[in-house]
Amino acid sequence: MSLLEINNATLKFGGVVAVNDLSFSVDEGEVYAIVGPNGAGKSTVFNLISRFYDPFAGSFKFDGKDLLSNSADKVADMGIARTFQNIELFDHATVLQNLLVGRHRHRKTNVLEEMLFTPRVRREEKKHRAAVEEVIDFLDLQPYRNKMIAGLPYGVRKVVELGRALASGPRLLLLDEPASGLSVEETQDMRWWIDDIRKQMGITVLMVEHDMGLVSGVSDRVLALADGAKLAEGTPAEVQSDPKVIEAYLGTGAA
Amino acid sequence: MRIHFKTSYDHDIRLFPDLWSFCVYAALIVIAVLLPFLMGEFYLGEVTNVLIWAIAGLGLMLLTGQTGQASLGHAAFLAVGCYSCIILMEQGWPFLLAFPACGIITGVFGMLFAIPAVRLHGIYLAIATIALSILADDIIVLLEPWTGGVAGKYPSSIDIFGYEINRWVNIRDFYWLVLAVTILCTLAYRNLLRAPLGRAFAAVRDSEVSATAMGVHIAFTKALAFGLSCAITGLAGALMGFYAGAVTNETFSIVISINLLMMIVIGGLGSIHGAFFGAIVVAFLPQALSILKNAVGGGGVAIPGLESGVFGLILILFIMFEPMGIYGRWLKIRTWFELFPFARKDMFRRQKSYLKTERLR
Ligand SMILES: Nc1ncnc2c1ncn2[C@@H]1O[C@H](COP(=O)(O)OP(=O)(O)OP(=O)(O)O)[C@@H](O)[C@H]1O
Ligand SMILES: [Mg+2]
Repeated sequence: MSLLEINNATLKFGGVVAVNDLSFSVDEGEVYAIVGPNGAGKSTVFNLISRFYDPFAGSFKFDGKDLLSNSADKVADMGIARTFQNIELFDHATVLQNLLVGRHRHRKTNVLEEMLFTPRVRREEKKHRAAVEEVIDFLDLQPYRNKMIAGLPYGVRKVVELGRALASGPRLLLLDEPASGLSVEETQDMRWWIDDIRKQMGITVLMVEHDMGLVSGVSDRVLALADGAKLAEGTPAEVQSDPKVIEAYLGTGAA
Repeated sequence: MRIHFKTSYDHDIRLFPDLWSFCVYAALIVIAVLLPFLMGEFYLGEVTNVLIWAIAGLGLMLLTGQTGQASLGHAAFLAVGCYSCIILMEQGWPFLLAFPACGIITGVFGMLFAIPAVRLHGIYLAIATIALSILADDIIVLLEPWTGGVAGKYPSSIDIFGYEINRWVNIRDFYWLVLAVTILCTLAYRNLLRAPLGRAFAAVRDSEVSATAMGVHIAFTKALAFGLSCAITGLAGALMGFYAGAVTNETFSIVISINLLMMIVIGGLGSIHGAFFGAIVVAFLPQALSILKNAVGGGGVAIPGLESGVFGLILILFIMFEPMGIYGRWLKIRTWFELFPFARKDMFRRQKSYLKTERLR
């Protein structure tokens, strides 16, 4: 059954139609990739799911529940976590603190308890830290644990952002270009991680990616987007050989 | 260099990272408690002043250093705390009730102000808070029946279960009282930092977009930061009233707001230490200046704006050469000694950020 279901979504920025009557659905347990040329509207789809933008039209359902009736900060509570194309980390905090913010949706204690640091706060903190420690082990972030984000190399930040999303224990993980700017080795790591995230953790992954090697390596289904509308959908091989897709990428006249 | 081997999560959660730092802070507290036996009344008065400023600094630090919301209106909240404490005590409330109550009242004021204000960002928020500082003066005059207007108010002595504390009669008792409040506020602040809310504050400061994506409600969190910050500031305001012995509409002027903000920037934004370092500078600078002036031989000459000018200069120098404040400098010196002789000159050069993020707003 589909975990995420988007029907006839449309969003315009002034005259630009960023997403145009788009429908697709992501099944529980699959890795679903969105590809498309620059400006196709891929990140905008993510921002719609995150509720940063209100769609002009369309319905968004997550696990059968209406996404549109939730505000942006409630999306995490529903079990959706994400990364950003341009890495949005908390720069003046450590890796550990960044990952712990990922646990925010599991916060049970209130201000007063936290100011007094009651035994309950301590117990909860230990749970959060145990969860985060698992993510640190999974992503090999040990060496950077107590380092400030501001001083970390790009590749590590990318991994920390993935870790922060994982720390929230999501059902659906949105990855906006997880491999952009990474070296060949780092991209390879990313590929294993995405595989493990799906297989070991059972998390559904929706990702935007330009690296077709990575896309065909990890994803079950691919959606090709151009000018905000669906061009093709299917297995990686099907989409890659679709003439409309080839034309969109190479420009008119080439196909 | 000290290396911590961690065997359980408690290590990360603990107040002190290791035995050494526990001993340092314990020694500091012991010295602070014994201080009245070590120095004369005049200097004890000065130290009390530093501590009160440090409490106010903690209040603003929580908002500006931790949550990233600049405020030039905190003098107004000092005033709310001060006047509400005095008025409650005049109504017959015992100090032990009136004092926490004035913190709560100021916190509620702060939250009410925050509800519209948190929509503003950066410089616009600063401007809105300046307006608050300027208005405070007039409002105090307008509310003459309660505040005493231009004539001002004289806080009564503090009475704790029949034991009287008056700064003019016995500065030692007052010092201990202020010290106790300082320690409690510092503890509460420190506790917040190791709990989810403190991290949510930092998240709001560094990236609102991803804080939201992680489930942090931005407006609510900012309002909470305002509330907590103002509550602490209110407590400091009440203590300032008792310390000064008299307050008028001019006591909590915009200059105080500016001093407070400069104080935490000079001390080091985002750290508890910074509030204390900054308080020391702000409280002692006027004295240091007058001593200097005497030394140069211009003791009798009043130079208008000298203090503000020197403050401003120090602030600019810090922003240019040590944006991490005195605390940042201190960390570097400490690391240098810990690594001696292996410290390298370029060790603290700030790394280039790799991507200037293209924010959603
Ligand atoms: N906040 C915004 N305001 C105005 N226009 C926007 C905004 N965000 C996106 N757009 C426009 O919407 C279109 C789709 O943008 P989007 O960022 O979704 O593209 P993308 O597919 O993610 O591209 P890329 O591969 O470059 O990341 C573009 O034309 C872009 O200029
Ligand atoms: Mg994009």
